Amino acid sequence: MNIHSPHIGLFIPCYVDQFYPKVGVATLELLENLGCRVSYPMDQTCCGQPMANAGYERDTIGTSERFIDIFGEYDYVVAPSGSCVLHVKEHFPKIQGKEEAQHQLHHKIFELTEFLTDVLKIDKPTGKFPHRVGYHASCHGQRGLRLASSSEMNISPFNKAKMLLENLEGLEWVELSRKDECCGFGGTFAVTEEALSLRMGKDRLEDHLAHEVEILTGGDMSCIMHLQGIASREGRKIQFMHLAEILNQAMK
Amino acid sequence: MSSRKKILNAIRGISREEKPLPSLPDYGVSGNLEEAFSQSILGNKGEILTTLELEAWIKEQRFEKVIALAAGFEQYSNFETPSDPHELDDLNLAILEGQFGVAENGAIWLDDSQLKHRVLPFITEHLVLILEKKNLYPTLHQAYQKIGNEFSGFGLFVAGPSKTADIEQSLVIGAHGAKSLRVVLI
Amino acid sequence: MSHPQAASEFLKDQAKAKWHDETLWFVRDKRDRISKSIPEWEDLRNLASEIKDNVLSNLENYLVEFEKNALKNGIHIHWAKDAEEHNQIVLGILQKQKCTAIVKSKSILTEECHLNPYLEKNGIEVVDTDLGERIVQFLNQPPSHIVLPAIHLKKGEISELFHEKLATEKGNEDPAYLTNAARLHLREKFLGAKVAITGVNFGVAETGEFVVCTNEGNADMGVHLADVHIACMGIEKLIPRRADLGVFLRLLARSATGQPVTNYNSHFRSPSPGKEIHIVLLDNGRTAQLAREKFRNSLKCIRCGACMNTCPIYRRSGGYSYGSTVPGPIGSILSPGLDMKKHSTLPFASTLCGSCTDVCPVKINIHEQLYEWRQEITKTHGELGKSLSMKLASALFKSPLAYKISGNVMRSALKNLPKSLIYHPINSWGKGRNLPETPSESFKAWYQKNRS
Repeated sequence: MNIHSPHIGLFIPCYVDQFYPKVGVATLELLENLGCRVSYPMDQTCCGQPMANAGYERDTIGTSERFIDIFGEYDYVVAPSGSCVLHVKEHFPKIQGKEEAQHQLHHKIFELTEFLTDVLKIDKPTGKFPHRVGYHASCHGQRGLRLASSSEMNISPFNKAKMLLENLEGLEWVELSRKDECCGFGGTFAVTEEALSLRMGKDRLEDHLAHEVEILTGGDMSCIMHLQGIASREGRKIQFMHLAEILNQAMK
Repeated sequence: MSSRKKILNAIRGISREEKPLPSLPDYGVSGNLEEAFSQSILGNKGEILTTLELEAWIKEQRFEKVIALAAGFEQYSNFETPSDPHELDDLNLAILEGQFGVAENGAIWLDDSQLKHRVLPFITEHLVLILEKKNLYPTLHQAYQKIGNEFSGFGLFVAGPSKTADIEQSLVIGAHGAKSLRVVLI
Repeated sequence: MSHPQAASEFLKDQAKAKWHDETLWFVRDKRDRISKSIPEWEDLRNLASEIKDNVLSNLENYLVEFEKNALKNGIHIHWAKDAEEHNQIVLGILQKQKCTAIVKSKSILTEECHLNPYLEKNGIEVVDTDLGERIVQFLNQPPSHIVLPAIHLKKGEISELFHEKLATEKGNEDPAYLTNAARLHLREKFLGAKVAITGVNFGVAETGEFVVCTNEGNADMGVHLADVHIACMGIEKLIPRRADLGVFLRLLARSATGQPVTNYNSHFRSPSPGKEIHIVLLDNGRTAQLAREKFRNSLKCIRCGACMNTCPIYRRSGGYSYGSTVPGPIGSILSPGLDMKKHSTLPFASTLCGSCTDVCPVKINIHEQLYEWRQEITKTHGELGKSLSMKLASALFKSPLAYKISGNVMRSALKNLPKSLIYHPINSWGKGRNLPETPSESFKAWYQKNRS
């Protein structure tokens, strides 16, 4: 690690912190192994997305202000979640007196995949991961952060996650029938529209199962938590890993 | 206050940023226009015929009521266009001239000057449109440039036969209007 | 019924719900393929969006220009501030013509105004002539989709309905057979109607003409046989120039059904000799929406229905689950502007996945407006408890200590709670999904041990 290399503030979303610490560890180790200087600010909390998406953005001024303060000192902020990063970028309420810091945050915060491809400029990581992998494109990463071209648009196809994964030795990238359909998690939607959420999740899972996916991966544990919850309830034989876990394991 | 005034005043009272009207680029299509046009017509469930094929088809069908208004095809008419369009109800075939066609989608432009009655291309059981090959344009952009500000009380782009998919998305040709469209490129 | 309740009902018939999803996905897929055959597709979307932006920023001028030109062409222009006035105007024209039966082609605007029941109450027989609309009219239902009105019905149901209404053979479910029966039935209606009503796809300010697009030819069959044509048009339907039609017609049908253009695109500029054309220009909440800056560009909508076909919620909950004239994503940003209380659950009937925004031919930021409507709705219709608990959560997350404690409590609670409690039916997460296994420590705790 180079003390002069840019300092990365690691943002671990609250549910990852609580339910998927191994994803946080994998993200940290991966970045460290790539030579990054990474720190995890201990006093970080939730970014406020659940409240804002429920219609209470105005009540997230406190959490947003706190977030801006905590991560102000870092050169980059990186999180293993497209959804939370999108929230910070698009749905933080305007904080009076912190306009400059907020503006800077908007441009220095990255979801892990895009940080690897766009900032660290990694295009062909070397490593081994001999498995059939299906990728769940979380909508906030996909259409919010544009981590991949959306199937609706007539633009040159690209997929940053695929770029990182497909060259790993032994990895079989699985093309799905509906490559970027929503899984139905949607935050509070998962409980307020329970029947629909479940139906959508089952359909998404079915697509992966029909293509004999061995490991379902993605950049957002929230979607994966939902899909894993269904798979586990139905006793489906399919494994779930965050993209950071695959890369960290393969590149070690 | 009249509703007209109320609506216009309401709009005037809304402060809005001026947004400029963009100029329209001139997009074309790649490849041969006639080929592209024919593919479009087929895709719209129409057919492309030669003059000879048309002649053979008409001979074989022995239609009772045919109105042919296209120049050079008048000989097929066997029915005087009635003054009341309702009397066209049992018309078997109308042969009309199209002003020009659009390669990207098969749309063919007709206006009042081709139509003795506006209902003609709809009410007829079968429709044949005669189109000169030289009158093909790549896209609707060129088509509207061609139409320009020419005045016609009614103008129509027809691109295929009457169709519907309202029952389980199953395509059915001949919903209310013409059950077939045949285009003769000359 | 709220959206979640209606969606649960719809999903009970699993086979039909699956069919509905797959059928609409098929339409979207067709749209995807054809849009990718046009290299300038994304440019066209930008152009359409910019043209509509320009229209909305100059709407008053374009309306006056449109009116002036239409009057010059011998078209009668009427202005209606709301649905009631709209319906009165239409009835007035019919009464003047002593007309008691009309044919009407597809017009979502007349659905919005509930024109049919109004006219029927006043002794007018209204026949919807679009096949899908005729089907739902027989059933006394509104359309469940703005482009595919009967998409919620299976051919078996339509076969039974036609057997009853049109005396078709019992059990004959062949779409071609059923369509032909409707053709014969509606041909009589076309031949008998003195007045025909249509909607309007586009009004052109510089010429005073308007364009109506159909595949069936039903609009034209109606209006050209009738003496009087009434075109019902929202004030936002204007475009400045005739040449702009090139942009919009290239986008409309491709977005709607994946076909390159509708088979009939009729441009009405002046009536045939001896006949009349009337245009009713309707506000009905449109100026109010124009005044809402965040929601203004919802008025760009050209009613292609692509956002419905792409919406994973719409496909799995059906049009009726929305309880609004325009269902689906676009309806969910238009309807709260008309009646926020009635439609308060609609902006929440979304995962904010953004597919609607990417598919929209006029680039309406639909999912962002859904988010914005949520912020508005909770101000006036948020349940107090929800509001408080959210405030509490916000306060909780603001304090790192409280967050840590709550996290620990949460994790140990999950570990120690009996399964029956976690998966109690009222716990809607646990109904069909397991919770994640709870790790022994949080990331924060791990970091503290291993890095600091």
